[in-house]
Amino acid sequence: MKCRKCGEKAVIHMRQHKLALCKNHFLDWIPKQTQRFIHDNKMFIPEDRILVAVSGGKDSLVLWDVLSRLGYQVDGLYIGLGIDGGNGYSAESRRITERFAAEHKLDLIIYDIEEHEGLDIPTAASMTRRGRERPCSICGLSKRHIMNRVAIENDYDVLVTGHNLDDEAAVLFGNTLNWLTGYLQRQGPVLPNRSGLVKKAKPFFRFYERETAAYALLRGIEYIYDECPHADGAKSIYYKVLLNRLEADRRGAKLSFYLSFLRAKETMVFTSEGDDVERMLHPCTSCGQPTSTPDLCTYCRTWKEVRDRRETVLEKGIES
Amino acid sequence: MTARIQLRDKEFKVRSGMTIRSALLQLNIQPEAVLPTRDGELLTDDEILQERDEIRLIAVISGGAY
Repeated sequence: MKCRKCGEKAVIHMRQHKLALCKNHFLDWIPKQTQRFIHDNKMFIPEDRILVAVSGGKDSLVLWDVLSRLGYQVDGLYIGLGIDGGNGYSAESRRITERFAAEHKLDLIIYDIEEHEGLDIPTAASMTRRGRERPCSICGLSKRHIMNRVAIENDYDVLVTGHNLDDEAAVLFGNTLNWLTGYLQRQGPVLPNRSGLVKKAKPFFRFYERETAAYALLRGIEYIYDECPHADGAKSIYYKVLLNRLEADRRGAKLSFYLSFLRAKETMVFTSEGDDVERMLHPCTSCGQPTSTPDLCTYCRTWKEVRDRRETVLEKGIES
Repeated sequence: MTARIQLRDKEFKVRSGMTIRSALLQLNIQPEAVLPTRDGELLTDDEILQERDEIRLIAVISGGAY
């Protein structure tokens, strides 16, 4: 197969676009498309200070690479979760992220959860009712809270994440299966800032996962290949597998599913449940971040529960 | 007349002469979930497998499922 632009040997065929490109043209295509998505969706402008959440995985590192190549002022935020999983997962992802930042002379903020909260994610999860078997709930909750807090406290204009089309389509699929209209209404490539909540953007929302992986490979970006050990069996992965089956039979099915959803949203097909949630927001009595739950936000309430339980465990240990 | 395809810690033997895409479908591996490489070079999946080819697949789905 030949590159559509120059006729050289193609290295990737994007069936949904009927487009095959050689290495050089693909490495040129990704930043150009990203810039188009940023502009068309009014994500941010060159004057904005941008914070990119970096996990050490392919999507976030590629996003950091592309945004810095496009000339944006973009710093990284790495959240240390303390996940080992038998392969030193967090330690390795931190090493890769720090190395990327150093090699590209980019500023990186490190936020280690254990340093701030006294416990790592797996230990904290083992002390909550919902997290004993799967720490993903407290992990996701903590990451969302910390990303927003760090962005607000350090005066960033926009928080960006490396979510790609496969991520977005899988979330959409899950939300649609359960008709979670509140979530459906809030899902999109840009979430505007609200009182206490920083603006969020997903510049890679139209790229397939294999395209960001191909970019990392061709650009020589080292990323953590083994995913989080707790992701095994996750629903989102199951949905991705189902959607890829569909894609194999109908090229462009994933892209069409997600873009049709965005168009449907524009025609106000969903209820205003999301607006009701927004009207109920008030500052958390502990951290001050906006929340719709009474008194403490879910993050502060969950971590209080973790600390209380830990105290109980320690006291019992001392007594015995 | 065989080629080898490797994905993580698994290795498969397939007949050469067919495209990588056909081989993946035969092995029940989703073509959308992997990137084929040979000697570290990225390939399109219409590439015809040659005898003694060693193809390494890069899994792209977060979590490694395929």
